[in-house]
Amino acid sequence: MNPISFLTQMIRIAVPYLFAASGGVVAERSGIVSLTLEGFMLSGAFAAVLGTNYSGSPWIGVLCGITGGLIFSMIHAVATIRYRADQVVVGVAINLLAIGVTRFFLKLFFASSSNSPRVAGFGGNIHAAGFDNPLLWIGVLIAPIVAFVIYKTPFGLRVRAAGEHPDAAESVGVSVTRVRYVAVAISGILAAMGGVYLALDQHQFTDQMTAGRGFIAISAVIFGRWDPLRAAAACLLFAAAETLQIQLQGSHAIPSQFIEMIPYALTIIALAGVVGRAVPPAALGRAQG
Amino acid sequence: MTASSAPIRGQKFSSAPPAWREHAEEALIPPLVALLVALICGDLLILSYGQSPAAVYRLLLEGTWGNAYGFGQVLYKATTLAFTGLAVSFGLRAGLFNIGGESQLAAGGFAAALTGLALPVGTPLILALPLCMIAAGFAGGVVGAVPAYLKTRFGAHEVIVTIMLNFIVLALLNWFIAGHLHVPETLHTPEIHAGVLPRLSDINPTFHGSAANLALIVAILVAVAVWFYLFRARGGYDLRAVGLQPDAAEYGGISVGRVWLRALTFSGVIAGMGGINYVLGYKHYYEDGFASGAGFLGIAVALVGRNHPFGVLLAAFFFATLSQGGLAIHAFVPKQMMDVLQGVVIIAVAMSVPEVTRVLRSARRRSDA
Repeated sequence: MNPISFLTQMIRIAVPYLFAASGGVVAERSGIVSLTLEGFMLSGAFAAVLGTNYSGSPWIGVLCGITGGLIFSMIHAVATIRYRADQVVVGVAINLLAIGVTRFFLKLFFASSSNSPRVAGFGGNIHAAGFDNPLLWIGVLIAPIVAFVIYKTPFGLRVRAAGEHPDAAESVGVSVTRVRYVAVAISGILAAMGGVYLALDQHQFTDQMTAGRGFIAISAVIFGRWDPLRAAAACLLFAAAETLQIQLQGSHAIPSQFIEMIPYALTIIALAGVVGRAVPPAALGRAQG
Repeated sequence: MTASSAPIRGQKFSSAPPAWREHAEEALIPPLVALLVALICGDLLILSYGQSPAAVYRLLLEGTWGNAYGFGQVLYKATTLAFTGLAVSFGLRAGLFNIGGESQLAAGGFAAALTGLALPVGTPLILALPLCMIAAGFAGGVVGAVPAYLKTRFGAHEVIVTIMLNFIVLALLNWFIAGHLHVPETLHTPEIHAGVLPRLSDINPTFHGSAANLALIVAILVAVAVWFYLFRARGGYDLRAVGLQPDAAEYGGISVGRVWLRALTFSGVIAGMGGINYVLGYKHYYEDGFASGAGFLGIAVALVGRNHPFGVLLAAFFFATLSQGGLAIHAFVPKQMMDVLQGVVIIAVAMSVPEVTRVLRSARRRSDA
């Protein structure tokens, strides 16, 4: 096994996780459950392909993808913040809705029930191994940026306050509602970017192409104990396991299904507190006001 | 995070309008609002395809309730959804969110198929059906017991654990099937030797071709049993008390941990038994991915059915109609429209439950004063 090719493949696999998990950290730290990441990614991926297909420019595609994620995240925010709907229920529904909407519009715009036509993407130099894609670099840098925002800016302080002590935050004049709207919007944009990267990297949209990556990102958030950098480390760990699975294919050393289980099993172990308990933000999942 | 906000309402002791009417209003208005929202969204989607909403809706009704085959298919689809919906609502009554219906259903179907394979050819149904159901319920219950144990022992949140367990159990089943038990070139087991359920069409030939089968009756019986347990039995009273106010229940002498353990485990048992509909009633083998989507839709069914066993049956029928209706209209509007409407209905109900309750109560307070 070539270590360089292992590393590059691992990073390419990790990028969608890094985007989505960073978004998940922001929303969950503000107190809003992020079961929606899968749906945000899927809508981002589809909107990006739609935009790229009609404009010919992947940058327009990125903008469309962000808009797609933003629309879905605002549905989630209005339902859970304004109307105080159950965050888990709406989260599940957002994922179903994203699958439905992308399928319906796939049919409407591309007359297909499985995939879009091929669209333009970034980079493409064979020797660059995917590293000439600007989205990849944004993905690699996104976790430190989110960590800086969460821990070093006034906005980050408000996000953490909204998730831990919303009443205390309100009492010093922070609008928990507004902070949560912004946090959910950020999670929508970032998770959508993960979907955009995925779709433009494969140059097309395929039905349910996110294939559970949003849930792996949630695993990373929990396994990383709601800290952006630890969540990013978890993303890299899960991506490494997946890379191993791909590179070992055919050797039958370990059945691939067992490697697939790793992120989920680690998350359960982390929640059960066998190696240091994962404790969620205190107000996670609770409507405010 | 708390996932228990479903229909928790305070008891009212004021005499004014009868309590059952207030209950009925709070229970029925949100699904009706959701239906209206879904119809409007449906109109827009149909118009976006350049078709006439009236014509498409008529086609939808003709293809589902308008002929015996379509109606039979609706009943078949409703059967599985009734099981997963009952499972979710059973957990929710105790304040717990079981999102593991997907894998519990699959595990149940797998166990039912293994039992059907292990039994000798010609085992009478009266023996084979209970054995297959016990196996299916046991498998689902084991999958449900894991998050239950982790919740009571370590406080691990059941929403995340059940989601993670979905992926683990489905991967495990995939490994069993793909690696060991499949008929070559397929992803399903051989056909079962015993336990094949009679179909509705065996009794009434007009249902010919539809997959509706005896599991439908089993689902209705399970709903009755759940109703009896929840509202007429001591254990169900404890369970609902824990769902409404765990601290108060604990103070009142109920072991909350034990109730949680029981609620999630039996939630898994119910979802697992749902596996018989596909395995014993329809295909007569376990196939990888047969449960896909039914577990998640169970959440929608429980929500729209307002966590009442008979409401769940109605909601299962409604969602099955949507799903079968998609096939009926597919020539004019893609059936994927129904995937969109499912999501819309869930979000609309989830949004209107707190809102409707709030509006109704403030209106009542005004009329009291």
